[in-house]
Amino acid sequence: MKYYDKLIFELSKPGRKGYSLPAGKWTATLSSIPENLLRSEPAPLPEVSEPDVVRHYTNLSGMNFGVDNGFYPLGSCTMKYNPKINEEAASLQGFASVHPLQPESTVQGCLQVYHELEKALSAVTGMAAFTFNPFAGAHGELTGLMVMRRYHLDRNDLKRTKVIVPDSAHGTNPASAAVCGLQVVQVKSTPEGLIDVEDLKSRLDDTVAGIMMTNPNTLGLFETEIREIAELVHGCGGLLYYDGANMNPLLGKVRPGDMGFDIMHLNLHKTFSTPHGGGGPGAGPVGVSERLAEYLPDPKVTADADGVYHISRSSHAAGRVSGFMGNFSVLVKALAYIWTLGRENIRMAGPLSVLNANYIKESLKDVYRLPVDRVCKHEFVFDGLADTSTGITALDVAKRLLDYGFHAPTIYFPLLFHQSIMIEPTETESKETLDDFIAVMSKIAEEAASDPEILKSAPHNTPVRRPDETLAATKPVLAFNG
Amino acid sequence: MGFSYFPHTDGDIREMLGRIGAGSLDGLYSDVPQEFIFKGEFDLPEAMSEMEVRRRFAEMAERNRKLTVFCGCGAYDHYSPAVIPYLTSRAEFQTAYTPYQAEVSQGTLRYIFEYQSMITMLSGMDCSNASMYDGATAAAEAMMMSIACTRKKSRVLLSRTLLPQVIEVVRTYAGYHGVDIGYVAADGGVTSLADLQGQLGQDDVAGVLVPSVNRYGIIEDLSGFADAVHAHKELLMVYADPSALAVLKTPGEWGADIACGDCQSLGLPLSFGGPYCGWLACRKEHVRKLPGRIVGETVDMDGKRSYVLTLQAREQHIRREKATSNICSNQSLMALYVTIYLSLLGKEGLREVNALSYGGAHYLYDSLLATGLFEPVFDRPFLKEFVLKSSLPAAELQQALCEGGFFAALATEEGYLSFCATEKRTREEIDALVACIKDFAHKMHERK
Repeated sequence: MKYYDKLIFELSKPGRKGYSLPAGKWTATLSSIPENLLRSEPAPLPEVSEPDVVRHYTNLSGMNFGVDNGFYPLGSCTMKYNPKINEEAASLQGFASVHPLQPESTVQGCLQVYHELEKALSAVTGMAAFTFNPFAGAHGELTGLMVMRRYHLDRNDLKRTKVIVPDSAHGTNPASAAVCGLQVVQVKSTPEGLIDVEDLKSRLDDTVAGIMMTNPNTLGLFETEIREIAELVHGCGGLLYYDGANMNPLLGKVRPGDMGFDIMHLNLHKTFSTPHGGGGPGAGPVGVSERLAEYLPDPKVTADADGVYHISRSSHAAGRVSGFMGNFSVLVKALAYIWTLGRENIRMAGPLSVLNANYIKESLKDVYRLPVDRVCKHEFVFDGLADTSTGITALDVAKRLLDYGFHAPTIYFPLLFHQSIMIEPTETESKETLDDFIAVMSKIAEEAASDPEILKSAPHNTPVRRPDETLAATKPVLAFNG
Repeated sequence: MGFSYFPHTDGDIREMLGRIGAGSLDGLYSDVPQEFIFKGEFDLPEAMSEMEVRRRFAEMAERNRKLTVFCGCGAYDHYSPAVIPYLTSRAEFQTAYTPYQAEVSQGTLRYIFEYQSMITMLSGMDCSNASMYDGATAAAEAMMMSIACTRKKSRVLLSRTLLPQVIEVVRTYAGYHGVDIGYVAADGGVTSLADLQGQLGQDDVAGVLVPSVNRYGIIEDLSGFADAVHAHKELLMVYADPSALAVLKTPGEWGADIACGDCQSLGLPLSFGGPYCGWLACRKEHVRKLPGRIVGETVDMDGKRSYVLTLQAREQHIRREKATSNICSNQSLMALYVTIYLSLLGKEGLREVNALSYGGAHYLYDSLLATGLFEPVFDRPFLKEFVLKSSLPAAELQQALCEGGFFAALATEEGYLSFCATEKRTREEIDALVACIKDFAHKMHERK
């Protein structure tokens, strides 16, 4: 990767342009707008040529690392291969040029995508209905909790203002609950890394709206007591929410609906292979069981007996969570992925991701500390190096991995350990790639003993090296100012 | 056996299971109660080859009617240069995660920094975040942010002239977030300052959200709004179309504390409503309440200019239930679309886009009135979008227009007909639309 130190503004020169528009032959001009409604100075946007723009952003891309560049074992992020046919399907002009408010009869193709994807995701998850309006995983969580609250409120069950969240949960869980006006009650983990059922029992009463669970949890461990947990929560009148961030190992193997979950979200950009885009756009569709279907937010696609699709509203809906109907083109990509896998290959997706994770775990557990030594699902967590005498941290290991051409794992999450290194390989990585990664991780463990300084000062081969985050936060520079 | 996305050979699987000490892939699920292992057949189609997938999607895309778009209402058919999809589809941008590892994410971090800069240039605000989901959810975040900035206050006012979907989403969030929503009446198609003044300083109001260009396409005159709101230590929030801000008075100039909107108008395909990209910006003093990712400039170990995600103490992964919002990653790649679009169009081009849209929309407006079939509703300045009244039956008119190849005359909640023309609409297209409407009116007349 080559360091490139320009901002587009620094390429600007008055008189250059990067666009061509038709000559306007209209009689009305902007000068008829009253002056007090106009901005006083033009916006100081760059003036650059088209080749300037192409070269600038191509150079910027050269400082980025994506799944197409190499192995990206970022825990809880499911960085699997993003198939290219999906991109082609999503960019078809027949989809890309459709206005979201066009009459139903003119958008039957778009509506069919919603309908087909709802059928497919219902089949894979065991849920009865989905909304595709949420834009991301966190947005799905918020939407799912809105459905949960609407359900209780609709039954005039007004006391239920608490939601139970395990201490190992993703940070979005408690944040989504708070945005939704719910009070967060934390439930402990056992030393084995699972929900402490006794602690859970002590927190259940008729003020509990539900529980948010990630299963397998953020340690990559399957919550083996799920049946009892479901019975306990349902027994007190609460609902079970499934955080689909960790759905990948269960894909084709276990359905959240069968485990007793009432509401769930899926991250299409994780489990269903749509690209992460450097932080979106993703999609966070929310699925519910039959009794909750009427509470899904407006609007929703329905099909009538003649196979004609409609855009419908429900008088019980939890409200509206997006301007139109979600990130449509992301839905096209996910559907293309499911159809490519088909009913045969989808059965292999989860198991191969689990195989890959366990293979790395077993290969490295002598040199990295494995706090919970049992079969994992799609990911697992090391708590730093086995040899704790070196003073080498999770951060040092992560930065050194960049030198060797791998993306770093997730570090310092979950918060249950001090030196968490969370590794998720996904099913699209070959044994050879995993072997290379294992060799490098072992080599880093050796370096920790033989040459710790090379780790402390890593990375050495990247465009920049450990940027000063404290400076960025204490003297914030958040925009170019000439 | 063998599937193109899975690299494993049977031999690989055997060897790997051997290292793990498991007898089979099923053995890796021994921790899952057997009753939960799905043993049935998934109700899915059989695996499709790439050719079949391509054909199925082409068929679905063809089921949509190709229409010439003469409507806006929050999504605009602007021109998008060829460079944008070419650059945004680069794998290094598209297949990367959120830029947590700054050393291998300087590409993403730099364009987000440029995006934030361009948003501040267009909006006249001090600080922008790295994007939001869409305009409506950006408005909902602005609403919650105004509560966080003003503490204890629990009521937010919305202008009745905001886009209906924006009002609906903000109202939904507010309902669950424990915030009361009040409304500022419209008077003659614009937000009534008198009605607003009557509600300020009462009932714990945190702020008011008003549009810059409203649901009728009218450019609102917000003179006096900031003074009125600030007199009660409340916040002025402005919802604006960032494309229009190349020419219109900015939220910053109107005295807004928080500003938001949708960047779809800056080079994003209509794509049936998404992905778009919300924008959210504020004055310096509120930056620590600004939700979402923010990129800042710094230096690395060797003193090189670098960019990082910053002010993360605001965010959910640190603050959990005390975070200002639950939002994390959202529409980064769409922010790249916007950044490239604004780089290409630049200082002059975006003004030209507005000038062409203005010219076309006014030609359309005049042509429609000249048919005698429409009447003006409001006599106020507009940019590219407007509403008219007509005695023509709205549903039948819209259907006839669709059959003629046009999406136009969208009926609003108030019973007006909404039209829009961007720089993409030619004189020929506008004349053809007007002819189609006249033809429809003629047939209606004959039927009577």
